[in-house]
Amino acid sequence: MTLYLLCLFLFCVGLYGVLRKRNIVKIIVGFAIMGYAMNLFFVMLGYKMHGRSPIAAIDQQVTNMVDTVPQELVHTSIVIGLGLTALLIAIAIKIYEKCGTFDITKIKRLKG
Amino acid sequence: MPNNPLAGMSIIVKSITRIIISMVMVFGIYIVAHGHVSPGGGFAGGVIIALSFVLLMLAFGKGVATSKITKTIASNLESVGALMFLLIALSGFSGGAFFMNILAKGAPFKLFSAGTIPLYNYVLGLKVGVGLFAIYLAFVVLEKAGKRK
Amino acid sequence: MELYVLLIFMIFAAIIAIEIKDLFSSVIAVGAVGFALSLAFLILKSPDLAITQLVVELLCLIILIRATIRKDLPLVIEGRWIFNTISTLVFVAVFLFFAYTALKDLPAFGNPIMNVVKKYLEQGQAKTGAVNLATAVILDFRAYDALGEAALLFTAVIGIMAVLRSFDKDDKSEADDAE
Repeated sequence: MTLYLLCLFLFCVGLYGVLRKRNIVKIIVGFAIMGYAMNLFFVMLGYKMHGRSPIAAIDQQVTNMVDTVPQELVHTSIVIGLGLTALLIAIAIKIYEKCGTFDITKIKRLKG
Repeated sequence: MPNNPLAGMSIIVKSITRIIISMVMVFGIYIVAHGHVSPGGGFAGGVIIALSFVLLMLAFGKGVATSKITKTIASNLESVGALMFLLIALSGFSGGAFFMNILAKGAPFKLFSAGTIPLYNYVLGLKVGVGLFAIYLAFVVLEKAGKRK
Repeated sequence: MELYVLLIFMIFAAIIAIEIKDLFSSVIAVGAVGFALSLAFLILKSPDLAITQLVVELLCLIILIRATIRKDLPLVIEGRWIFNTISTLVFVAVFLFFAYTALKDLPAFGNPIMNVVKKYLEQGQAKTGAVNLATAVILDFRAYDALGEAALLFTAVIGIMAVLRSFDKDDKSEADDAE
């Protein structure tokens, strides 16, 4: 139970970064931290005490494996997080070229 | 990086990169090929192959890396990878359903077992590797355009 | 046990990444969070995820450093700072309180109700012939997820190329390159 709460506290640190920071790169860092916290939460949901990883062994019969479905969902989510971060950084670089700053309170013009 | 990042790094980095880069690529192909026997799979191996190309570009500068893989070749290879993924999936119709596993199962722990799963791993490794290198190439080409303004 | 230590390290590194003024140090702190996450995946007995998270974190760091290497921002504190910070902290506290009341209904850590994966774990090796059950689940039993992931990476590549195009008329080699 404490482990779940610590994981959600990490999510809240990322959420604070997205809501309160003025630099675009800090906002992107906040998104990345929120993604990591959620991936960790899903894998923690599927852990079985004294379980084994879901790979069979040659010489023995493995019966006590951990939950495999959250692992596969998080596998997809990690690659999606990479695509998201790359696209956000591309947009941030374009904004720096057009407006000369990373500060979101100074980006007011939509044209030019 | 205090130097110009488009011109490559010092000669120590270049010599070590010449030795290491083939090992990194072979390791990536190993993880892709053994995806159904040991941990790994198409996505992780593809990212390792992309990282070997990025190492080539970081150590030797933009000119050497784009002479080996231009932007057009990278886009075409990635599209070919995506199309082959769909073709293997559609070939499952001959077994009865979309994505059906139709090849022979084979003996466990061998390299040529588990039906169509190794084929998916190879195709995904190609697609992810070349695609992520195309992303990094787009970033580097922009930097040169930004300097000229 | 070790998960507590790793989680507290991740929280410290995340607070440093958000609060520090230098952009470069903030990116390095995010890298530390990612590597600790890879260790946490290994402790939670999923080696597939540990490999993937490690290499994806590396590529993410390279792209982030590329964006922040020569651009810095001087910090200016505007008006109404106290009110904004207090209201955000109140919102986060309310969120954590509701999360705590919702988390009490989950099964305890370490005893999941494995209803869905019973069939995958028992018949996985016999039905597909693959020994690595995580790869068998993602590429045979649930192959639509792999299709969605491949399509999403393709869209991300096309999106980045479309955003980073430049339309200069005097840059002939750039126009030929973007062809």
